Amino acid sequence: MSDVIYLDNAATTRVAPEVFEAMKPYFEEMYGNAASIYRFAGRSRKAVEEARETVADFLGAKPNEIYFTGGGSESDNWALKGIAYSLKDKGNHIITTKIEHHAILHTCEFLEKQGFEVTYLDVDENGLVDVEALKAAIRPETILVSVMFANNEIGTIEPIKEIGAITKEKGIYFHTDAVQAYGHVKIDVNELNIDLLSASGHKINGPKGVGIMYIRNGVKIGAFIHGGAQERSRRAGTHNTPGIVGFGKATELAKEKLEARKKYETELRDYLIERVLAEVPYTKLNGHRTQRLSNNSNFSFRFIEGESLLIMLDQKGICGSSGSACTSGSLDPSHVLLAIGLPHEIAHGSLRLTLSDETTKEEIDTTVEAIKFVVDRLRSMSPLYEDFLKKQKTVTDGCVPCTRQ
Amino acid sequence: MSEIIEYSEKVMDHFTNPRNVGEIENASGVGTVGNAKCGDIMRIYLDIDESAGTSPAEAIVRDVKFKTFGCGAAVATSSIATEMIMGKTVADALKLTNKAVQEALGGLPAVKIHCSLLAEEAVHAALWDYAQKKGISIEGLKPPVNDIEEREEEKTEE
Repeated sequence: MSDVIYLDNAATTRVAPEVFEAMKPYFEEMYGNAASIYRFAGRSRKAVEEARETVADFLGAKPNEIYFTGGGSESDNWALKGIAYSLKDKGNHIITTKIEHHAILHTCEFLEKQGFEVTYLDVDENGLVDVEALKAAIRPETILVSVMFANNEIGTIEPIKEIGAITKEKGIYFHTDAVQAYGHVKIDVNELNIDLLSASGHKINGPKGVGIMYIRNGVKIGAFIHGGAQERSRRAGTHNTPGIVGFGKATELAKEKLEARKKYETELRDYLIERVLAEVPYTKLNGHRTQRLSNNSNFSFRFIEGESLLIMLDQKGICGSSGSACTSGSLDPSHVLLAIGLPHEIAHGSLRLTLSDETTKEEIDTTVEAIKFVVDRLRSMSPLYEDFLKKQKTVTDGCVPCTRQ
Repeated sequence: MSEIIEYSEKVMDHFTNPRNVGEIENASGVGTVGNAKCGDIMRIYLDIDESAGTSPAEAIVRDVKFKTFGCGAAVATSSIATEMIMGKTVADALKLTNKAVQEALGGLPAVKIHCSLLAEEAVHAALWDYAQKKGISIEGLKPPVNDIEEREEEKTEE
């Protein structure tokens, strides 16, 4: 659809043509069950194992440390519940952050009901976890630390290496939700001391419904989906061969273009950020200015509400997302924006635009013009803006005698 | 994570082309309801013509304008509410209900019903302000609540 400017690549991405081509034979000709004995199925099995090797190589892991799952949320659920159940005799304390994806947060809330204790670490105004605070939160009964690699809303990249050094020293398992970072940031699980890692196919131009979990050999974790001997009896269910092949191909492509993509997206992202901040008054960038995903931008426009903004941008063919309450289906705006200290009314007026390496400068220019128009229009309708202008006017009027002196 | 919200054509029409947006200088009554924390604020301005009729309730809403900070439904409910009371007597304007607003818009998604309540409250708050300024009492007119949530809670308790 060329009539759409797609700037919601953190939500999902287009399947790359090469990925789709690689997947096709496993729907049509090589549909055998990868777990069956005959040679026909052996081709499916071989394809699954090749994909596993590609992923392992990309993460600096061993192939037998990679498990295919049904997606990022499943991997997150498995990591938390799996470790919690397996180590419940050792301890009942988990450390995570306030800005995790709901796949982590809601799972933690579930575990709290089962008697586990969870520490939710604060982040600073840029969304960064304080490594010292994490260190201080560790107790003798701590069994797992789970900190996301990069945040899905504001793009901030967390100090994973420092965290990994601490957990290694303390002998505590370290899980990272790398759904947004995988394929965008170079990750070496050994260098970073990561014990478990979740990633998803559809965020990297791969198919939906397939994800991975990296589990370091020796980590004590039980099965999450029971029922068969697939994935070393740790994740039952017939292999989603086309999906797994697609994941492998998407990983291969992501690896090839990692640096080029990062450079291209960073330049375009910075151009977008600079233009929006310079041309739209009363606007703030959310997330760290530089330590952020190359494709992520997140703004708060004062005096307006995010859902209105999204609908009006949609009418201009621009796809984005917001952290406003109206778009989250709850009364509160995004937990991430609140955690970085934004007041509710400013969090309601947020807009996330996430680029891809297919986004063009022309699209960014069109988007900036559309934002200027829409924000202006919504502000002209906003009683908050009206009150603000009146207050400004009073202040200015009041200051006239002072400036004359 | 998020719930998909589908708006009716009428809601989209009023959101895209809102009627009567703006302010009225020296308005007869102004009502503001909602709060920024929840993401919705509506303000209604009334210009009331008292030369018509013999009692305050028979005065006519000569002009009405609104400003809204909020989602698509909040803008649409304010817009249609202004249309629904324009040219009406004060007594008729007071009869505007959230149900009528919803019906006029061809329905609202369940999570957006509170927006229609907010529109009703905003109109009532503006009428209350008018009555206060004039020092008159209008039958059936109650003081506005500070926050829409208070009224919603009352309703669920009933």
